[in-house]
Amino acid sequence: MLSIRKFLRHKGLAYLLAASFLIVSILLGVSIGSVSVPILQIVKIIGAEIFHYKPDGTDPLFENIVMNIRLPRVVLAGLVGASLAIAGAAFQGLLRNPLADPYTLGVSSGASVGAVMTLFFGITIPAAGLFTLPLLSIVFAFITILFVLMFARQIDRAMRVETIILTGIIFSSFLGAVISLMIALTGDELRQIIGWLLGSVSMRGWDYVLILLPFLIIGAAILLSSSHELNAMSFGEERAFHIGVNVQRKKMLILIGGSILTGGAVAVSGTIGFVGLVIPHLTRLIWGPDHRHLLLLSMLTGSGFLILADLLARTIISPAELPIGVITALIGAPVFAVILMKRRSERRG
Amino acid sequence: MIRVQNVTGGYDNQFLIQNICFEVNKGELLGVIGPNGSGKTTLLKMLSGVHKVAAGDIFIKGRSLESFRPKELAKVIAVLSQHSEDHFSYSVKETVSLGRYAHQKGWFQALSDKDEQIVAEAMELTGISRYADEQLQHLSGGERQRVFLAQALAQEPEILLLDEPTNHLDLSFQKDLLDLLQALTKKQGLTVISIFHDLNLAGLYCNRLLLMDAGKLLKDDVPYGVLREEVISSVYETEIKKQPHPYVPAPQLVLLSEGMQGESSSGKIGAEQLTIEKSQFSLQSSFYLKTISSGVSGSGMGWHRSFVNWQTNESPIKCSAEMDDYLKAKGFKAGETVGMISAGKPEDVSYALFEGEGFSVFTVVIAEVSIEHGINTWIFINGMFSDEVYIQSIITATEAKVKALEQFQELNMKNECILIAGTQQGETLTSAARISPLGKLISQGIYECTTNAMMKSLKRINGGFC
Repeated sequence: MLSIRKFLRHKGLAYLLAASFLIVSILLGVSIGSVSVPILQIVKIIGAEIFHYKPDGTDPLFENIVMNIRLPRVVLAGLVGASLAIAGAAFQGLLRNPLADPYTLGVSSGASVGAVMTLFFGITIPAAGLFTLPLLSIVFAFITILFVLMFARQIDRAMRVETIILTGIIFSSFLGAVISLMIALTGDELRQIIGWLLGSVSMRGWDYVLILLPFLIIGAAILLSSSHELNAMSFGEERAFHIGVNVQRKKMLILIGGSILTGGAVAVSGTIGFVGLVIPHLTRLIWGPDHRHLLLLSMLTGSGFLILADLLARTIISPAELPIGVITALIGAPVFAVILMKRRSERRG
Repeated sequence: MIRVQNVTGGYDNQFLIQNICFEVNKGELLGVIGPNGSGKTTLLKMLSGVHKVAAGDIFIKGRSLESFRPKELAKVIAVLSQHSEDHFSYSVKETVSLGRYAHQKGWFQALSDKDEQIVAEAMELTGISRYADEQLQHLSGGERQRVFLAQALAQEPEILLLDEPTNHLDLSFQKDLLDLLQALTKKQGLTVISIFHDLNLAGLYCNRLLLMDAGKLLKDDVPYGVLREEVISSVYETEIKKQPHPYVPAPQLVLLSEGMQGESSSGKIGAEQLTIEKSQFSLQSSFYLKTISSGVSGSGMGWHRSFVNWQTNESPIKCSAEMDDYLKAKGFKAGETVGMISAGKPEDVSYALFEGEGFSVFTVVIAEVSIEHGINTWIFINGMFSDEVYIQSIITATEAKVKALEQFQELNMKNECILIAGTQQGETLTSAARISPLGKLISQGIYECTTNAMMKSLKRINGGFC
């Protein structure tokens, strides 16, 4: 058992496995659909696109499906999965809480409120243009997490895991009600928002990929550069301080990073739950809790996971589509329950 | 190294610490003691920079504590606290490596060779190298504490702060940890400030102790100056007795438990408790007596309630193990029995009770002058008295015994054992010198019983018995 663990924890191998999982997911995601695209064709088409040469022996129909329909969708799903997974991993480390993720903390709901308000009031920040929606989502996400943490501290100074989650759920419900209220008040034209809220990466195209990408890069850079601090804070803020971490500043930085990622992801795909919970948890189980690797590995597995979830969502009741959030919740909620039960029994034992 | 000047502070405007001043020198092992809620932990948290001081200043190496950035501070001060959170299953080595955080530079720091070496040394020093790849959560509390100590040492600090470091550790770990800290202060000039719950450990290991009470610094002195019965008893509000450590010059305090020697277990020692059998005579008390003796077992100072004189022709030096077997076979508990041996017949024992004013002395003597030439003397004193009186009793008894033996020109006794046992109840006796009331009774008792015992022994030879 120990040797299997050791073998799995070999870091080079870990990255190889996680990257392979992602690549396989991408290929499956692009290949499978109402029209099947052979893997070889996909490789050729993508290769040609990347290296700018005229592909030979590829079908223009496939080219169109891959480049304009499937690939943007798969890439977007991958980026959203990566964003949510790394944000979840960071929140879990920071709050020493295996149940924390953007969804359970209420951050996703906060981001949604920001997005819906932008649409509701028709807000456009002149300088931001297309980025108004994600920017406001991020601001709301950040404000929400600050409120949740402040509120949780008021209730319970020790900030127990369950208290934080409960507070997050209270905030989620409240913010959900605010969204419903806004939708009810506007009547028909925001009906489409409901579909968006359930979480989906369909029919978004390359634009949305471009919207999310800068936020993913900035957010991931912030979190990846804080991996040492996350390790230290896993042992409690006081110990982190003793080790030499500037706790208040780093905590803010990590919360901002997590909010940027969550806000960006919500802005392009709505609220997709449990990715940020399940992925870091499983990644930690397999490869250990060291954030120097956990964050990056979670990004890889998270994007692979969401691509597969999206594949399921659009094929399982084909030709109709399920919202992707349904799939992630179907997988995520039971995992959430198992983690909770395990924690309980550990505490008792 | 550390200078604390008029420091006041605490949580949320509740000033748990008031106007404290002290200094700590390099290489000192300073203990902080005091009852619960006296502000020890708050003081430590202010020293480590976790809590801000409300008034006053703390200087570390001549620099104000507040001017240190967290990373700078972590290179000077490391902290080992009572509890450590560990929610994720980090390996031991990962945990210890985190101690190097403050020494690493740049964004994506990796452990340098030097870091690796220091981490390995810290794990070696704390004896956890063999767990390096184990998960922290699979270790016991004591092992985990050592991992966090290794983490603190990996910081290469000049000052180490500890909050009851031995709290969850078993006895040998406690000793190992404190021995290690002591060695580090001596060899590497590490300065250690540690909160102690156990006053005896503090007295044993620290150069100096700070005694805190209700947020104030009550004493700042060497252990002998702080661990005094009257000081500790009043601060901790409990009855305590001081004793020297048996092997090293350090004060040790002992608690007095109520009910251990309650009223119900009191009584008077006299002939009623003495039993004479074929191979032995013994005295069984229903409660413990404080004894000093030079017997075969249970010798030295201690508390005993069974007293046995076994008739055997063995030399007393050889038969310690046999004595234990004998006592066991006869149903005595070795830990609470004083055992002596004599070649004399048990029925030749001579004993008598002597009454004084509010106290009494019961003396028991057996003499034997044919084979081993031995004389054993037991003195039971029904009274309360101090260690000095035990010593005086031995002197007085010996003088009386010598006087008695002179009558028989029989001074070449080979084996002489003595037992002084006190009930430590009733009248307080201040002296056992020859002219004191207690001394007079001892003199009289020993003289009479020794004379009597010698006569019986001689009669047995002259009468043809052997």
